[in-house]
Amino acid sequence: MWGVLRQKVCAGGLPGMYIRPAVAAFRNYSSSAKQMMVREALNSALDEEMSADHRVFLMGEEVGEYQGAYKISKGLLEKYGPERVLDTPITEAGFTGIGVGAAYYGLRPVVEFMTFNFSMQAIDHIINSAAKSNYMSAGQISVPIVFRGPNGAAAGVGAQHSQCYAAWYGSCPGLKVLSPYSSEDARGLLKAAIRDPDPVVFLENELLYGESFPVSDEVLDSSFCLPIGKAKIEREGKDVTITAYSKMVGFALKAAEMLSKEGISAEVINLRSIRPLDRSTINASVRKTNRLVTVEEGFPQHGVGAEICTSVIEESFGYLDAPVERIAGADVPMPYAANLERMAVPQVEDIVRAAKRACYRSVPMAATA
Amino acid sequence: MATLLLGRSRSAIQNLLKRTALLSALTHSPPPSSSAASHVGCRYRAPPSQGNRSLAVLFPFSRHESTKAQIQLQQTHLAEDDDTQVQLDEVLDFPGGKVAFTSEMRFIPESAEKRVPCYRVLNDDGVPMPYSNYVKVSKEMAVKMYSAMVTLQTMDNVFYELQRQGRISFYLTSMGEEAVNIASAAALSADDVILPQYREPGVLLWRGFTLQEFANQLMGNEADFGKGKQMPIHYGSNKHNYITISSPIATQLPQAAGVAYALKMEGGKACAVTYFGDGASSEGDFHAAMNFAAVMEAPVIFICRNNGWAISTPIEEQFRSDGVVVKGRAYGIRSIRVDGNDTLAVYSAVRTAREMAVNENRPVLIEALTYRAGHHSTSDDSTKYRSIDEIEYWKKARNPVNRFKRWLESNEWWGDEDELKLRQSVKKELLQAIQVAEKAQKPALEELFRDVYDQVPSNLEGQERQLRETIKKHIGDYPSDVPL
Repeated sequence: MWGVLRQKVCAGGLPGMYIRPAVAAFRNYSSSAKQMMVREALNSALDEEMSADHRVFLMGEEVGEYQGAYKISKGLLEKYGPERVLDTPITEAGFTGIGVGAAYYGLRPVVEFMTFNFSMQAIDHIINSAAKSNYMSAGQISVPIVFRGPNGAAAGVGAQHSQCYAAWYGSCPGLKVLSPYSSEDARGLLKAAIRDPDPVVFLENELLYGESFPVSDEVLDSSFCLPIGKAKIEREGKDVTITAYSKMVGFALKAAEMLSKEGISAEVINLRSIRPLDRSTINASVRKTNRLVTVEEGFPQHGVGAEICTSVIEESFGYLDAPVERIAGADVPMPYAANLERMAVPQVEDIVRAAKRACYRSVPMAATA
Repeated sequence: MATLLLGRSRSAIQNLLKRTALLSALTHSPPPSSSAASHVGCRYRAPPSQGNRSLAVLFPFSRHESTKAQIQLQQTHLAEDDDTQVQLDEVLDFPGGKVAFTSEMRFIPESAEKRVPCYRVLNDDGVPMPYSNYVKVSKEMAVKMYSAMVTLQTMDNVFYELQRQGRISFYLTSMGEEAVNIASAAALSADDVILPQYREPGVLLWRGFTLQEFANQLMGNEADFGKGKQMPIHYGSNKHNYITISSPIATQLPQAAGVAYALKMEGGKACAVTYFGDGASSEGDFHAAMNFAAVMEAPVIFICRNNGWAISTPIEEQFRSDGVVVKGRAYGIRSIRVDGNDTLAVYSAVRTAREMAVNENRPVLIEALTYRAGHHSTSDDSTKYRSIDEIEYWKKARNPVNRFKRWLESNEWWGDEDELKLRQSVKKELLQAIQVAEKAQKPALEELFRDVYDQVPSNLEGQERQLRETIKKHIGDYPSDVPL
């Protein structure tokens, strides 16, 4: 309440002082360096979509005055006012339900979770209402909403702040689930998510927010948008396919670099979309390389890797020259101690070893991860 | 505690006298242009004997015109301690408003001395209470409301039997709650968006959903608006501004605040209206919704049908508070308790609440005291946990339909012949609707895969293709009533 009141006062008291064309600023910045941080990519995508469509609004804890727990919403309150950048009381089930209701009535809410771990307190609204309403009403009620926030393991914050929800939300029909890696992904996928008529779960990664990536002029254009359901081949190769999403794409690329020094050409697929899953890109790659390593930070059981493996077994079994390798997080809640935490999440070396096993079968199978 | 209470009762009365004088001045000021708002005044006539609590009822209206949340809080915080020895010169300038200091150490009691009274217009015999103040209802409107109540009652009887005969999988009646259903619906505008729980089909009926459309939904046939995708009684209709019913309890409450927020941003003259039971008030969603609606100043009416039972859980096992109405104040929400079996009282309260919500952009909580005269659903036999005498008492002595009928009869607006004719024609229409709905074609196979998303994704197209091929190969293994 106090936040909202304060905002109103501030918004009235500081007419346009901090208003600046965020997009233009980024464009200038990038035209000299052609680099953009993921944080800026998300911020500019939000800014552009809010500017293009008055129905888009942002809500969540600390998104306004505080500019987001990770500063993703920086400058948006000043620009769009407290009606469209809504600081909410601390009740995930409350603001998620309100977002869903607003979407029922034609607005396009972007709901920020401080971390996706906290979306568990609102999962009923996400699954039972957002994901199912269009179906249950036979198309009478669409729910154009985006649930976004950091997902997966951060660093040193323990079990309740470090979990990947890709497999959870990915298992639910009615939802679309996206997970960006680079700044290009972040911009293009978030814009696609906001424009999409269906509910989208948008899984970001805290550790990537501060990373910079090269971006092209096309990516910086306000009309830029990526297709939902399409993976990106980040690096072409011919000996083994490595699938990954979010932070693990970076690990897979590093692994591919190391493998190349040993004469192994790895193809790295950045999934981008967990649901719908781009099965055809994955299968086409496996049919070319005949080997597959899946990488994810989440738990192994019923995970994204398991689904990819099934798809390949179903569609390209005859093409496989080696058993599929699955790299995943350890099957335990995330420990806090740094040494144990490192052991619980995939490392670049794990991916390298798995790829080598798939190529040479020089390492015993049981030694996965 | 006892001495503390005694100590403050004197000052409480003095205070009340001061306030009632102030308020009577307010009520005698010329009424606002809106018809319903002029009836607000009747609530100010709380007898001084109600003590401390009447302040709670009275005070909000003294700031009726105020829309600034901050001012409200400031006043409320000061008013809290009005009846103690307030040292007005010593005030805590706290974030959000000033709070007066007091030297008296007094815990706020867990309950008021008397329970919040229940606003009613008609007594059990359908005779208006002396001095009753309510929104006038024309003959035409009254007859329409009564006819809808009888239709709802008949519909429940016939559809309930349909389920008992095994022709539909599930049903749930609104018996005993016909007045809350119909009178609240009649008090609203067609633009108001309804987020129902599941015991409010009367609202949809009032808005023009036909008996045939009800039957289609129960049968899940091709004509059903939901194309057979939602279980029986989970009605929904865009054109009637009635959001498809959600099974998990209380999810509709924060969603209603969200719809209200969207309506407010749109700048129209409509509100969101959501219904729930006494049991739902225990859900976290209820508390989240109340708090958010207050903070967001969302035009939403929360209508609680406190019907005494949440399946088999009686209200004394549901909460220790004086029902649901008192919870409104904790969230800064205006609230009223109303006799839910009194059609005129429900109508008046909802009409007035709607004026407040729409004109002042604020949430309002209405607790309607009623009784679930039927079983919870067709999966329940309530005689296992409550006495038949209790059920019969509410069905007969406190029947909302009969009570309203007596009032109509006393006005000579309704007679035995009208009654017979109405009941016969509704029953006939229902039986015909069932026949038509039962014979109608079931949803086609493609409906299985439609509407999961706005556009059918390729994996679902693949699944559909695969299913069709399998059916073609093994036609005998599949039911014949699925149009391919």
